[in-house]
Amino acid sequence: MNSPALADIELSGVGKTFESEGREVVAIERIDLAVAPGEFVSILGPSGCGKTTALRMIAGLVEPSLGDVAIFGTPLWNRGRRNDAALARLGVVFQEPRLFPWFTIEDNVALPLRLRGQGEAARRRRAGELCELVGIGGFAKHRPNELSGGMRQRAAIARALAGDPRILLMDEPFGALDAITRDQMNLELQRIWRATGCTILLVTHSISEAVFLADRVVTLSLRPSRVHRVRRIDFQHPRDPDLPTDPAFQTIVRAIKHELAELGR
Amino acid sequence: MKAARRWLFRLLPLLMVVLFFAAWEGYVVFFKVSAFILPPPDRIVTAMVRLLQQRNVFMHVRVTLVETLGGFGAAIVTGVALGTVMAKSPWIERALRPFVVATQIIPKVALAPLFILWFGFGLESKIVIAAVLSFFPIFSNTFIGVRSVDRGLREVMTTMNAGAWPIFWLLEIRAAMPFILTGMEVGIVLAIIGAIVGEFMGGSVGLGNLAILTLQEMQVDKLFAVVLLLTLIGVVLYIGVSMLRRWLTAWHEAIGADERP
Ligand SMILES: Nc1ncnc2c1ncn2[C@@H]1O[C@H](COP(=O)(O)OP(=O)(O)OP(=O)(O)O)[C@@H](O)[C@H]1O
Ligand SMILES: [Mg+2]
Repeated sequence: MNSPALADIELSGVGKTFESEGREVVAIERIDLAVAPGEFVSILGPSGCGKTTALRMIAGLVEPSLGDVAIFGTPLWNRGRRNDAALARLGVVFQEPRLFPWFTIEDNVALPLRLRGQGEAARRRRAGELCELVGIGGFAKHRPNELSGGMRQRAAIARALAGDPRILLMDEPFGALDAITRDQMNLELQRIWRATGCTILLVTHSISEAVFLADRVVTLSLRPSRVHRVRRIDFQHPRDPDLPTDPAFQTIVRAIKHELAELGR
Repeated sequence: MKAARRWLFRLLPLLMVVLFFAAWEGYVVFFKVSAFILPPPDRIVTAMVRLLQQRNVFMHVRVTLVETLGGFGAAIVTGVALGTVMAKSPWIERALRPFVVATQIIPKVALAPLFILWFGFGLESKIVIAAVLSFFPIFSNTFIGVRSVDRGLREVMTTMNAGAWPIFWLLEIRAAMPFILTGMEVGIVLAIIGAIVGEFMGGSVGLGNLAILTLQEMQVDKLFAVVLLLTLIGVVLYIGVSMLRRWLTAWHEAIGADERP
């Protein structure tokens, strides 16, 4: 494992147990994982294995029951208190767009800047650029309800990018999209990743998506939920849209598919 | 034939009102009801015209409006503030619950004489009564509104390290706005009632006071005119708040119920 100072995200011996109605539910048994700066890591695993929980612990939304989460080498939790400074350069994209329906797309995208006290003109300019970047340039003045699901998810990505994150956490961000839009979004995400150089941790149910985008693919097992295997994906970046037709690519996808089928039992 | 039915359907409310007044007029004339008990509608219209020509009537209108809006404003400020604080803090919510339940149950109109005693016969006591009456719907709707703020949106704010004030100003108050304005629609009507009840109790100005005076002078037709004027004011204020609601929460009208946070 890398030394903590070199990793952007480091989970050491992280476990999470939920208490609900007196019963204990072990969401995560133990995860050790270090993500290097600028790295793209995908996480795959059977439903209920704790992918969302892991991401939420890194995002500072729930505290681990065991172990430590470190962001840029700084511990995220300190006896129940969250280290907010460690989260300042972190962007999160949830499974749902989670846009504020009373704001325009532009104001939604600029929300992180507003929270940092940036002036309106600067905010507007940056939000405009980001909307262009994610391909919804013409919709800056619209309300979220006037956009399609895919466009809303693009807006959510633009909002996460607005805070200039060094780390981007994404929980099945394209789960609700049709296959073609999804492929487009994958290409955009690859472009954004290369343009910004940020570290990305992507949870997904699409094996092909995971392999296409990532430097490494992590599979989690269910009961006990642990890291099952970490695979390095060696295809050259940027990856060609036709890469999924490559036999080598298909071999990896098939192997992971069999592995997940085993893990889901 | 179909077109006639459609027109009838459209004009039905208006038609019923006309019918109602015609029946009223017919009843008074046919049974020779004394105008001291129930004046016919045409007498009320005449009285209304005379009332509006009276020089000081707009002073009365202004006083009642100031009391109503003053109390309503105070109820908005306190209701929204307390509703938000209680929705956010389980401790404060539990600590204040007995008092909140009490203020909901106490027949507040019965407290009006007490407020006259405490705050005098001037504007202040009426403003207080109007505020006390209109407080509850605004408070409870704010409470429910802030409580039901979508957890997902809260998490968005948390991951952006938002402080308490931005969370309130950019998320909670806006998400709760449709609730608050619905409470305000109920509240404005209660505020008018509060102001009039206060004027009944004491003082020498306001439309409620004018109503009492006209009754003492046995000018029943003028009493009806005053009530009509009060109704008109109420309608205008209610429509005002309704328009405010539709304008401030256009986003809420535009999205489907299933998408609402
Ligand atoms: N707040 C909570 N309270 C109690 N149990 C929870 C809570 N959150 C998650 N769990 C439990 O933890 C386990 C892991 O849940 P999690 O949402 O992390 O799974 P996941 O891998 O994201 O699944 P999916 O692929 O279906 O999204 C589940 O058994 C779930 O029931
Ligand atoms: Mg999940």
